[in-house]
Amino acid sequence: MNQPPKPNSFRAGPDEDGRFGIFGGRFVAETLMPLILDLEDEWKKAKSDPSFQAELEKLGAHYIGRPSPLYFAERLTAELGGAKIYFKREELNHTGSHKINNCIGQILLAKRMGKTRIIAETGAGQHGVASATVAARFGLPCVVYMGATDVERQAPNVFRMKLLGAEVKPVTAGNGTLKDAMNEALRDWVTNVDSTYYLIGTAAGPHPYPEMVRDFQSVIGQEAREQILEAEGRLPDLIVAAVGGGSNAIGIFHPFLDDDGVKMVGVEAGGKGLDGDEHCASITAGSPGVLHGNRTYLLQDGDGQIKEGHSISAGLDYPGIGPEHSWLNDVGRVEYVPIMDHEALEAFQTLTRFEGIIPALEPSHALAEVIKRAPKMRKDEIILMNLSGRGDKDIFTVGKILGMGQ
Amino acid sequence: MTARMEQRFADVAAEGRPVLVTYFMGGDPDFDTSLAIMKALPKAGADVIELGVPFSDPMADGPAIQLAGQRALRGGQTLAKTFEIARRFRAEDQRTPIVLMGYYNPIYIYGVERFLDDALDAGVDGLIVVDLPPEMDDELCIPALKKDINFVRLATPTTDDRRLPKVLENTSGFVYYVSMNGITGSALPDPAPIAGAVARIKSHTKLPVCVGFGVKTADHARVIGASADGVVVGTAIVNQIASSLTEEGRATEATVPGVEALVRGLSAGVRAARAAAAE
Ligand SMILES: Cc1ncc(COP(=O)(O)O)c(C=O)c1O
Repeated sequence: MNQPPKPNSFRAGPDEDGRFGIFGGRFVAETLMPLILDLEDEWKKAKSDPSFQAELEKLGAHYIGRPSPLYFAERLTAELGGAKIYFKREELNHTGSHKINNCIGQILLAKRMGKTRIIAETGAGQHGVASATVAARFGLPCVVYMGATDVERQAPNVFRMKLLGAEVKPVTAGNGTLKDAMNEALRDWVTNVDSTYYLIGTAAGPHPYPEMVRDFQSVIGQEAREQILEAEGRLPDLIVAAVGGGSNAIGIFHPFLDDDGVKMVGVEAGGKGLDGDEHCASITAGSPGVLHGNRTYLLQDGDGQIKEGHSISAGLDYPGIGPEHSWLNDVGRVEYVPIMDHEALEAFQTLTRFEGIIPALEPSHALAEVIKRAPKMRKDEIILMNLSGRGDKDIFTVGKILGMGQ
Repeated sequence: MTARMEQRFADVAAEGRPVLVTYFMGGDPDFDTSLAIMKALPKAGADVIELGVPFSDPMADGPAIQLAGQRALRGGQTLAKTFEIARRFRAEDQRTPIVLMGYYNPIYIYGVERFLDDALDAGVDGLIVVDLPPEMDDELCIPALKKDINFVRLATPTTDDRRLPKVLENTSGFVYYVSMNGITGSALPDPAPIAGAVARIKSHTKLPVCVGFGVKTADHARVIGASADGVVVGTAIVNQIASSLTEEGRATEATVPGVEALVRGLSAGVRAARAAAAE
């Protein structure tokens, strides 16, 4: 593939049309165009409004529990015998994942725009829970679209959403996973565009969502940067994060993109292997196309029909990826690799046993890559991994696979 | 090629009635049946044909058209086969304009230049691509206009006066006014504001304005056609096809005649539209 020229900065995008190189853009129905232009305006105003920033910080500190700790995984490091492993502990956030960082930001915008109803799509249910949570906190009704398959495999989160007062609408189209939930959320949005704010859960969708979600999630990388400088007096050699749509990954990567010595790896869901169709490795095994408002790497057939994909982890079970990641791949700044279901499962158990932390299946993919790389690195090298969520939602799925009866 | 579209709108206007635009999904439920449906449409009174291109993720469509797309894809429909349907239709009918309607990704993957050349070759006159707003005109709209293929744009209730000129700027063939904020297959909203919206758009453009979304019966066609230059019927036709199929989704002897009967009724509706308006 033709590599685009290396830019002066990897942090300058997107351009004013919402493009990262050829990726991104605004591929939406006309009904939605005026609204996403309004949203862009409102977002620009909010960014430069000190009272908005102050409210974000206050809620970050007292509601989410920020800053999240940076934790040196001493036993795991010793066991692997290579690089020092640090976790950015987003799993300790209120609601159990990084998703809340974005939700707090967007609900403040929804309020500013005078919207009276929130809709969201969810895969693992973490974004659905975070959306239902902020909707409850700000007193707005919330509808969450969730693939029927995911409703089943992430049952604990369905209960949470319902308890929080959200309406969970199962989507049976396709494989009943995240892609189908997003289609249905877009249909709702087109129908209720006047009243409704669409709270997208990842760094994808039409401009300005990829940029906006990235900015709300960048708090992860900003904090981690200060924390690692304090702990080690220098930046990490390698940053690793799991990539579904790409929000936790871009959140931890972005503040480091212009630091030459910091290598970055995004981990895609390799599912049951890249040979067949049962994976979600959009960059490693896909090609550029247009879906859900943006151009990005997608799993698709030769006729431009989108494939369904598969991952053991509902949060990674999406045949696309945020457009900025597609660009970062093509310019060679970030490397993207697949991790198989069984490798993620093993990593899940490793972390549980060695550090007493039950991770979500999504960051278990990142951890599996860390487990591969750490032993090959020097002991004075540093790996920073985004531990994006906790595994409460996954214990039943994992227990079943491991044959642990009740 | 745009000549065919202009001619058809002019001829129908001379008859003092609105144009009947009919949508169906190419390849639903199979290639041969859908070609037979297409050939039957003008005979039953359709003036312009929208030939649907199936897409796995039709974000602006309701359940009826989603299912039609799935049936077509299951039946092996591809963009190349959709062109083939158009080509075979065109061999027998040189006067009815064909507008391809769908989403951008299958076109992008086919390759824009190759797509436009093959569209011309197949006798296609226009395109409606739901997820390409004016902000994305460089992708397909401008290249299509250069090759003299109409790019029919959707205007919606959210398209206010500030935005309307941008929406109309590179539109050609006709303007498709979407009667509501919503997806295909919804119920017909109150017609009064629709007439107002049509008048508003017409004050900004000389192009004909057709109204779609929610038009299902001859009576709807008559009421909407009183103010619009054309009415678009899609879901009703798709539902008619679906209701004629076997449980496994295969065509029956009732499939093509069912569509014919429905379209004949709609055609009577548009023919009564202006008479009703004059009353
Ligand atoms: C804990 C966790 N990590 C990662 C993801 C993947 O999303 P993203 O790539 O946007 O971070 C999810 C999605 O549900 C998640 O719940």
